[in-house]
Amino acid sequence: MAMLHTVNKSPFERVSLDSCISMAKKGSSVLLIEDGVYGALKGTKVADKVSKAMDGITFYVLGPDLAARGMTEERIISGIKVVDYAGFVDLTTKHENFQAWL
Amino acid sequence: MAEPWEEENEGKVKKFMFINRKAPYGTIYALESLEVVLITAAFDQDVSLVFTDDGVFQIKKGQTTAGIGMKNFSPTYRALEGYDIEKLYVDKESLDARGLTAEDLIVDVEVMSRAQLADLMNEQDVVMSF
Repeated sequence: MAMLHTVNKSPFERVSLDSCISMAKKGSSVLLIEDGVYGALKGTKVADKVSKAMDGITFYVLGPDLAARGMTEERIISGIKVVDYAGFVDLTTKHENFQAWL
Repeated sequence: MAEPWEEENEGKVKKFMFINRKAPYGTIYALESLEVVLITAAFDQDVSLVFTDDGVFQIKKGQTTAGIGMKNFSPTYRALEGYDIEKLYVDKESLDARGLTAEDLIVDVEVMSRAQLADLMNEQDVVMSF
């Protein structure tokens, strides 16, 4: 049974992403939205932690939130999948349950 | 006849510093700060802006907000020069932690160390935090 986690807070300001990563089980998915999209960026002080967590957890990032913040796909850690709102809906339907790390 | 506050403070210019520490769009702080900055400049005050912590994301180039249905207010930072607001300071440590450089920013800024920013902050009459 796979769970979908969302993180909507900046990893530089809150511990939401840390908590999510430490409690997300292997096989689950994490979708970064709103200010949470900063967690998907390459070359930041949290990027290593995210890269390590990708061994077992699938990461997604919401494209419209990235674009609003001036970030392009080239700046995203390789392996993180960019989804649109329709993709967000698909993710919710494909997982058994859901946890929002606010 | 001048109003009482005009007589008391005639010609007085104070040093105002606005400290921006939040990312744009996720919260309203960045936009609210910009509003107050413009008001302060309209009163011919000495205005400095500091971007530190997630505030550095406010002036990231290439913001495209059509997809989230919010107003892109980042072009306003480029218009600040027209209001004689030219003192824009960015914390180097915050840029580094976020994988950003001055080339990622939509405005010309002075990149500073935290020690330099601390000295500047200490010189102000009024410090406003957003």
